[in-house]
Amino acid sequence: MTTTAATTITAPSVSGAPPSDSLPSTLRWAVSDTFTITKRNLIALTRIPEALFFSAVQPIMFVLLFVYVFGGAIKTPGSSYVNYLMPGVFVQTVAFGAVSTSIGLAEDLQKGLIERFRALPMARSAVLVGRTTADVARNIAVVVIVTVVGLMVGFRPTTGVVPYVAGVLLILLFAYGLSWGFAFIGLSASNAETAQVMSFPILFPLVFVSSAFVPLNQMPSWMQGFATYQPFSVTITACRALMTGGPTATWVIQSLAWTLGFLVVLVPLASWKYRTRT
Amino acid sequence: MPYAIEAESLQKTFTGKHEVHALDGVTFNVEEGTVFGLLGPNGSGKTTAVRVLTTILKPDSGTARVLGHDVGKHAGLVRSLIGLAGQYAAVDENLTGRENLRMVGKLNHLPTAYVVSRAEDLLDQFNLADAADRPLKTYSGGMRRRLDLAAALVARPTVLFLDEPTTGLDPQSRNDLWEVIESLVGGGTTVLLTTQYLEEADRLADTLAVLDHGRVIAEGTPTELKADLGATVLEVGLDSLEHANGTADLFAALGTHTPTVNGTVVEVTVDNGPASAMAGLRSLDRAGIVPTAFTLREPSLDDVFLSLTGRRTEDETKSTEDETTSKRRRARRRAAEDAMPIVTGELS
Repeated sequence: MTTTAATTITAPSVSGAPPSDSLPSTLRWAVSDTFTITKRNLIALTRIPEALFFSAVQPIMFVLLFVYVFGGAIKTPGSSYVNYLMPGVFVQTVAFGAVSTSIGLAEDLQKGLIERFRALPMARSAVLVGRTTADVARNIAVVVIVTVVGLMVGFRPTTGVVPYVAGVLLILLFAYGLSWGFAFIGLSASNAETAQVMSFPILFPLVFVSSAFVPLNQMPSWMQGFATYQPFSVTITACRALMTGGPTATWVIQSLAWTLGFLVVLVPLASWKYRTRT
Repeated sequence: MPYAIEAESLQKTFTGKHEVHALDGVTFNVEEGTVFGLLGPNGSGKTTAVRVLTTILKPDSGTARVLGHDVGKHAGLVRSLIGLAGQYAAVDENLTGRENLRMVGKLNHLPTAYVVSRAEDLLDQFNLADAADRPLKTYSGGMRRRLDLAAALVARPTVLFLDEPTTGLDPQSRNDLWEVIESLVGGGTTVLLTTQYLEEADRLADTLAVLDHGRVIAEGTPTELKADLGATVLEVGLDSLEHANGTADLFAALGTHTPTVNGTVVEVTVDNGPASAMAGLRSLDRAGIVPTAFTLREPSLDDVFLSLTGRRTEDETKSTEDETTSKRRRARRRAAEDAMPIVTGELS
């Protein structure tokens, strides 16, 4: 599809800035458009109660549920259960949050907003980049909220500020990779409900058949192979090590490799779906 | 005179479960500064034509130009020259009216100061200033359409596309929107509008094309089309099929076309409504037939179709037969509701 950059003729006098074919200006508009779309998505987030619920209330409920209801029954040798749990809750939270990426895009398509964007002289990439960037901003807010709740119920990171922040960054990167996958789902779904229904069967096994809530040795052995090396577990284990101690390097590298793999595959896939969806 | 919009042999087929020839060789030209109406029922290809002309959709073949620029080769340029307001009111429900307009202005790459003042002007002009800081989800249907139209105008487009701007609106909101569109045209904007309502096309369009199954089946000024059709529809309800057929025979001489019998309802398009009504009543009286309903109304899109194609409009819904029939029934009822009765009288 032709982009603004391919324009070779100077626009006749429109009141706006004429489209230019120089690369710096194209890049500048792409950044500006992405910023506009990001802002729009963040404003929307504050005005949809159910989005706020998914983002903030649900993870708090998970923390409370697992610490006070299930936690007593789960043995985590070498650390308190809340210390074991929190990295898992972070990853679970950003993963469930990514569902709103797919719901949001499906809604934009359904309501004709994407049609309007397509008829505007804006950068093509801004809709998807703006959406996933807004998700990063939301995830930062959510991780802060969950951290505060965690500290209130006894979460005690043991490694210091720098490794803790590194753990948070690892989760945010991982979530960014994920949100491109959910962008693809949202663009493939015929409406928001379908997007949601399509998202959860993918998420549930990855979130729950992982080391998030229960140590892997308490699962049947046939499940442990998948549960150890699947991307969510790898990231949770890396994050757990960064926040509460343990061997970090191999897990962090594996998690980054998964994130990179997600981006390499899912960014082109979602972009292709965006271009071809009619 | 140069053309603002040129569509040349546009073809577009949607593949999938059912193959649909949405555009089957559509050709038309729109002169600068005029309003062009694309008239047709649901599924006739109106929206597809708009999507091709606004760079959203690539045609399978044919060319489309806006102000001389090919929409495929110079999509970016074309996008900076056009405005689009869609039938689905493509505005962000979670943003306020003001935020929506500013967002569209920014995405048109207009300077911030200009966007801010332009948004205020449009909110005033469209009578939305009081609602400017409310999220769109609190707006009524009419307000939403007005904001959608305002959003299409933020960048002062030279060519404006309006895809069924008033579908689903109540008569008052429809009238308000018509007035806005009329004032735009006074400002020299070229407008292409699609509609299912003959009345709307008649009121707004300088020229129009009637679309059916992705083909242009008639083109001309509304006056020319209506002259072909007859100015008024005389609709008579009878108490039996026998009387309906008898009435159709009696009315054969009155109409510009052969009367149609639909159950116990007889319809005939006539040039002079009141005179024909009197003649019709007299002939019924002589034959001793007493009608149960007697209505004079303006012709609807349904009547145009009947006159052009010999059949009524139908939705191109490729769903199950039941759904299609019920949709068709709904569409017909809608068309009937839209046709404004001039005189209605119950005689019995």
